[in-house]
Amino acid sequence: MSKRIDVKDLNVYYSKFLAVADVNINIEAKSVTAFIGPSGCGKSTFLRTLNRMHEVIPGARVEGEVLLDGDNLYGPGVDPVTVRSQIGMVFQRPNPFPTMSIRDNVLAGVKLNNQRISKGEADALVERSLQGANLWNEVKDRLGKPGSGLSGGQQQRLCIARAIAVEPQVILMDEPCSALDPISTLAIEDLINELKDQYTVVIVTHNMQQAARVSDKTAFFNIAGTGKPGRLIEYGDTHTMFSNPTEKATEDYVSGRFG
Amino acid sequence: MTSTLTPVKKRSALTKGQLPKWAPYLVLGIAVVLGAAVLALIGFNALGWGIVSAVFFAIGLVGWSAAVEGSRRAKDKLASCLVVGSFLIALLPLFSVIWTVLVNGLPGLTDPGFLSTSMNGVTGAYDNKSVEEGAPVVGGIFHALIGTLLITVMATVISVPVGLLASVYLVEYGNDRPLARAITFFVDVMTGIPSIVAGLFAAAFFFAVVGPGTKTGAVAAVALSVLMIPVVVRSSEEMLKIVPNELREAAYALGVRKWRTILKVVIPTAISGIASGVTLAIARVIGETAPILVTAGFATSINYNVFGGWMASLPTFIYTQILNPTSPSNPDPSSQRAWGAALVLIILVMLLNLGARLVARMFAPKTGR
Repeated sequence: MSKRIDVKDLNVYYSKFLAVADVNINIEAKSVTAFIGPSGCGKSTFLRTLNRMHEVIPGARVEGEVLLDGDNLYGPGVDPVTVRSQIGMVFQRPNPFPTMSIRDNVLAGVKLNNQRISKGEADALVERSLQGANLWNEVKDRLGKPGSGLSGGQQQRLCIARAIAVEPQVILMDEPCSALDPISTLAIEDLINELKDQYTVVIVTHNMQQAARVSDKTAFFNIAGTGKPGRLIEYGDTHTMFSNPTEKATEDYVSGRFG
Repeated sequence: MTSTLTPVKKRSALTKGQLPKWAPYLVLGIAVVLGAAVLALIGFNALGWGIVSAVFFAIGLVGWSAAVEGSRRAKDKLASCLVVGSFLIALLPLFSVIWTVLVNGLPGLTDPGFLSTSMNGVTGAYDNKSVEEGAPVVGGIFHALIGTLLITVMATVISVPVGLLASVYLVEYGNDRPLARAITFFVDVMTGIPSIVAGLFAAAFFFAVVGPGTKTGAVAAVALSVLMIPVVVRSSEEMLKIVPNELREAAYALGVRKWRTILKVVIPTAISGIASGVTLAIARVIGETAPILVTAGFATSINYNVFGGWMASLPTFIYTQILNPTSPSNPDPSSQRAWGAALVLIILVMLLNLGARLVARMFAPKTGR
């Protein structure tokens, strides 16, 4: 259960401001794709267009096509809610629901949508999702406790468990480790490696070593200057991108000459 | 016998040039005595004694500090005196009010039957008898208590849904549209309207719709709602605004619809603040007099029906008992009842404030490991 994403001529706007221009990219199913680039180059903005979270911001809009196994996310009559239930998202800062227990946080996608689920099924889903997020052993004895009592790394894995509990096709991660310590980062990176057996994973990261460690393919975004739109400069196998990039800008960035 | 390596000193070199710890107490003692002496010359009274002593204390402490510790410390002491003095001045009326109401209200409150009887059939003759022959004061506030509770509950039932939904619109759907801006503006204006105007509005509205002279508990509840809605909107809006956007996005990213996100994530996260805001709004309107006066009239008997007949309430009860004593020749029993009712009203408001804290704590997002 994973689908590929193909983006065609995508322009992303905040009201009249063109934030990201002319993106064409093909993201393979069951792979990890990393977006790297300097701050403000639009990689997070672009990531949010892949599950229609971009339009949550007032005035934000998109031109172009994003195809999920051939179906245009921005086609007429497409309900963003359907899109988001197929393409999950993990955010930069861990954001478990403060009013819910660990168990309820995992079940949030089901319960908030008022889907009926028997207790046995719910228990199985909670265990499966927490196992999937490598968190089960740490929290199995305190599922009824609030999720906000966990450490930052555990909270982030709880958010991943919450995302995979709705069984999406694709998981988007927006700098999931930037608020975490190295040990928790390692746990998440291990997890990403396991997730790609089942899901298409797209991850935005500021950390080039992380991109090199976890991803199969890497996309480099850059911006010509303030007020100019961000663009996809180069996209290819992670190994090639870091050892022998075609573009001069990519080479400068991955070798640490700027950014 | 002392070792030469660890010389015993009376005071640390680091605390040199400081006033001793007992200095303020010494100055306070001298100031109080001096204050009493000065007041004795011009005629003693407690308030003057306090003020003169406070002035002496401030002058003494700051002067001494300036002499020993230097100007920076002295300025610090002066600021401390001003801050503490302002605090005491702010507390003075509060304690004075509570004390006065307690002293005057307790005899009324402890009167047998005060909470369980109404003023129905209580005439001036009874009051005259109680003053002249020492018979117990009859009559009570049961009808007013019932009226206050019914009117306030009804006003709450009207205001909370309207106010909460309006604030949900403003925060979640308004997006600074012209309509949202207009609502915010009018809510601000409504917060400032005098309560009598709200009462006149409700009265005029019901006169026009139901018929002239319509005075019932429901009309009073509508008048109180007019006062309460802006408070509820404002406080709920603030509470909804501080719910982190990340929680909304987390819910959207799980494929949850906006209205469900609001209902199941945003409002539960903010509920403790909303609930305490509502309780404080109730506390604010429960003591309103003017709007009830023109909308529910005065009643002396028990009326459980908010839709029919005049209804008493605690504030209007106090007002009428003081202004038109039951026995014009012997107003003392009436004023005793009024003070008793005032005490009950203060207790109600205090309970509501305590309730607000309790509610806030009960609903607060749980933390813990």
